Amino acid sequence: MSKYLLIESRDAFESNDVAQFWELAASLARQGDTVTLFLVQNGVLPARPSTRSEALSALTKAGVQVLADEFSLRERGIRTERLAAGVKASPLDVVIDQLAEGRKALWH
Amino acid sequence: MADKKSLTFVLMDPPFENPRTTTALRLIDLAVRRGHDVNVFAYEGAVYVAFAKQTPHANAVHGRDVEQEDHPIPKDWVAAILAEGVKSGSKIDWVQCGLCVDERGAGECVEGPRRGSPADLLKFAETSDNTLVIPTK
Repeated sequence: MSKYLLIESRDAFESNDVAQFWELAASLARQGDTVTLFLVQNGVLPARPSTRSEALSALTKAGVQVLADEFSLRERGIRTERLAAGVKASPLDVVIDQLAEGRKALWH
Repeated sequence: MADKKSLTFVLMDPPFENPRTTTALRLIDLAVRRGHDVNVFAYEGAVYVAFAKQTPHANAVHGRDVEQEDHPIPKDWVAAILAEGVKSGSKIDWVQCGLCVDERGAGECVEGPRRGSPADLLKFAETSDNTLVIPTK
């Protein structure tokens, strides 16, 4: 099984292909791969409870680790204690850790 | 550093236009601070990230002078990252795509980056432990 780092930088309310990227994460997790979906920039917006955050929470139930960049959250005034279920705030360092670990990385 | 790795970052976006440049430089900075060796391949508009003639400016609309405006200048961030590499023992190889530089007249960059070609990117990808491509939208 492989390990993946998927980085989502786009806003799910602006780009419909974000949902496809999320589905890619879910598909990989369903086939037994280890997957982290790291939200950064406007990619963190659905981490705030909203109409799109339910799908994000569903990813965590499918086994995807969903992390949101602390800096991007702070820039947008999203409080870390009020994130969608299953989504965790994280420093950007995680990306470096997982790159160094050799994960297959994909930026969207 | 026991677990020193070699990481390659591929940048495509010009500075001052979107947050991808900021995020890319944050990532490169973190990798360097951790002592990893870092390769950067800057192509297309990203060759302007290290462009030496970037100049901070005042903001007349808000009545701020240059010092008060404290305008963020990417070339200074690049220089700071390169200086950090000396302290952390991180070897940084920053390559500016030569064709992209020539097209844009962006030949003057801060001290440190070197002129190269896509062949350098291939070599980076083949020899580094991991590669992150940050494409434009």
